Amino acid sequence: MSFYPPDPEAASGQHTGVISPALDIAGVSHSYGKRKALDNVSFGVRRASFCVLLGLNGAGKSTLFCLITRLFAAQKGTIRIFGFDVNCAPGEALRRLGVVFQARTLDLDLTVLQNLSYHAALHGMSAQETKLRAGFVLDQVAMTGRAHDKARDLSGGQIRRVEIARALLHQPCMLLLDEPTVGLDVKVRADILKHVRGLVANESIGVLWATHLIDEIEPGDDAVLLHEGKILDHGNAAEVAARAGVPNIAAAFKRLTGIAGEGTSWDLP
Amino acid sequence: MGSAVTAKPQGDGFGLAQYARCFKGIVWRESLRYWHQRERFVSALVRPLVWLFIFASGFRSVLGVSIIPPYDTYVLYDVYITPGLMAMIALFGGMQSSLSMVYDREMGNMRSLLVSPFPRWFLLTSKLAAGTAVSAAQVYAFLLVAYFWEIEPPSPWGYLSVLPALILAGLMLGALGMLLSSLIKQLENFAGVMNFVIFPMFFASSALYPLWRVQEGSPWLAFFCELNPFTHAVELIRFALYEQINVLALAVVLGATVVFLAAAIAAYDPSRGMLKRREGS
Repeated sequence: MSFYPPDPEAASGQHTGVISPALDIAGVSHSYGKRKALDNVSFGVRRASFCVLLGLNGAGKSTLFCLITRLFAAQKGTIRIFGFDVNCAPGEALRRLGVVFQARTLDLDLTVLQNLSYHAALHGMSAQETKLRAGFVLDQVAMTGRAHDKARDLSGGQIRRVEIARALLHQPCMLLLDEPTVGLDVKVRADILKHVRGLVANESIGVLWATHLIDEIEPGDDAVLLHEGKILDHGNAAEVAARAGVPNIAAAFKRLTGIAGEGTSWDLP
Repeated sequence: MGSAVTAKPQGDGFGLAQYARCFKGIVWRESLRYWHQRERFVSALVRPLVWLFIFASGFRSVLGVSIIPPYDTYVLYDVYITPGLMAMIALFGGMQSSLSMVYDREMGNMRSLLVSPFPRWFLLTSKLAAGTAVSAAQVYAFLLVAYFWEIEPPSPWGYLSVLPALILAGLMLGALGMLLSSLIKQLENFAGVMNFVIFPMFFASSALYPLWRVQEGSPWLAFFCELNPFTHAVELIRFALYEQINVLALAVVLGATVVFLAAAIAAYDPSRGMLKRREGS
C-alpha cells in the first residue's frame, strides 16, 4: 500500500482540476558570473514515473538540483513541484520533495536514528510519527539493524541507503537523487536502483534520477539529455533514440552531444 | 510492518507545534554535536581561565581601576575583566558557530538544513538560538570556576540578572558569526576571521581596560572602541552582573543583533544571498 498522500494538491485544498506534473521546469537559466550553467532548460517529470536526467560531469545537473531544492534561486524561469512554485511557495513545494544529494549529507557524528530524527524535526514531524516512519523506512532499505550505529561507521553503500531512507521519511511525493550510485560497487548500485524503481511502482513516487551512467536507463524510462547546460532532447528513452535515428539511448546521447569517438565506453550492457 | 502506518495528507503551512518541533530538533542537534565535541567545551573554558588566573593575576598590581559604574568601590583587576571574559566566551562561541556552518557547508550537512520546508529565517534563527544556549552554558561553567577563585557578583541574584545580557550578547555575536560564515568561501580562510574580527573586537573594547584609560592613550582608539558593539556587549554584561541596566549598551546590542541577523538572513536568501556564489556547480 502507498503511505503517501494520493494527491497533494487535493490534500492542501489547492486542486484546480488540472493535474500538474510532479515536477515542472520551464525556461530555467542560471549563470555563475559569466559562465552559463543552465540555458533555457524546460522539462517535466510525470507523477509516479522514473525520469533519468542524463549528462556528463559539469553538464549542469547539480546546479539544476540546487535550483529545484531552492538552495539558490533560478535567475530565470520557473520550477513547480506539484504545481507549487519553489520561489513563491517554497514550504509547500519542499515538503513534497525528498532529496539525496551527490555529496554525503549525513552527520557522521550522529547515529542513523539520530540523523533521521533530525530530518523529521526539520519537517515538523512528531516523535510518534518519527518513530513509526523511521522504523518503516529503515526496514525498506534493510538498515534496521544499524539504526543505533554512528553514520561514520557505515560503508558508502549503507550511507546511501540511509540517505534514501531519510529522504522518504516525511512521505514525499517526489524524490530527487543526484548521482546516488557514484563510487558504489556494481551490486550496491543495482540494489539501490532496484529499490528506487520499486518506490515508483509501489508507492507512486515521482523520481528524478541524475546520472552520467547510461546503463542505469531502461528503455521504458523517461530521459532528459542535458549537455553543457542545454536540454538536447527529452521524453521516453526509446522515443528519444528513435528521434535520433539510433537503436538506443546511449547511441542517441553520443550522437546528440557529438562525443562519439572520444573514447567513451557508453554502450548498453 | 507497513500497515501500522497510515497516510496523512498534509495541510497548508505549518502549525505552531510543528515550528516548535523543528526548533527543538535544531537545538537538540546542536547540543548533541557539542556533546560529541566535549574538548570544545573544555577549550572554550580554558581560554578565559588562562586570562583570569594568569593574565589578570599578573596585572593585578600594575593596572588599577578607578571607581566607575557599575562599581561603587575599587575593584580588583580580575573582578574588572571577568565580564570581558564572559563576553569573550560568547565571542568565540559565535565564531565557532560560524566555523561550524562553513564546515557544514563544505561537508554538505548544511544542505539538510536549508532544504527544510520551514522558512529559512526560522531555520537560521533557531540555529542561532541553539548556539547562544551553548555559549550561555559555557559562561556559567566559567562563573562556577571563578566562584572558587572568589570572583562573584555582589549578590547571588547577579547570576540570574546576567542571563538576559548573556543571551543578547550571544545572539549578537552568533548573528555576526552567521553573517561571516556566508562570506567565507573555504574553511582555510577562517584564520582571517581571527585576525580581522576576533582580535580587533576583543582588544579594541572595554573587556581588558576601561575606556577612560584608552582615552588617555589614544582618543581615536577610544572612539573606535565606543563604536565597537563588543564593547557594549561587555558593558551590558558588566552592569547586569550588578543587577543594573546600561541603556546605551542595551540599545547598541539590540540594534547590532537586528542588523547582523537581518544581513545573515539576506546573505542566506536563495535569490539575493552569497550562498549561490559559494556553491558553484
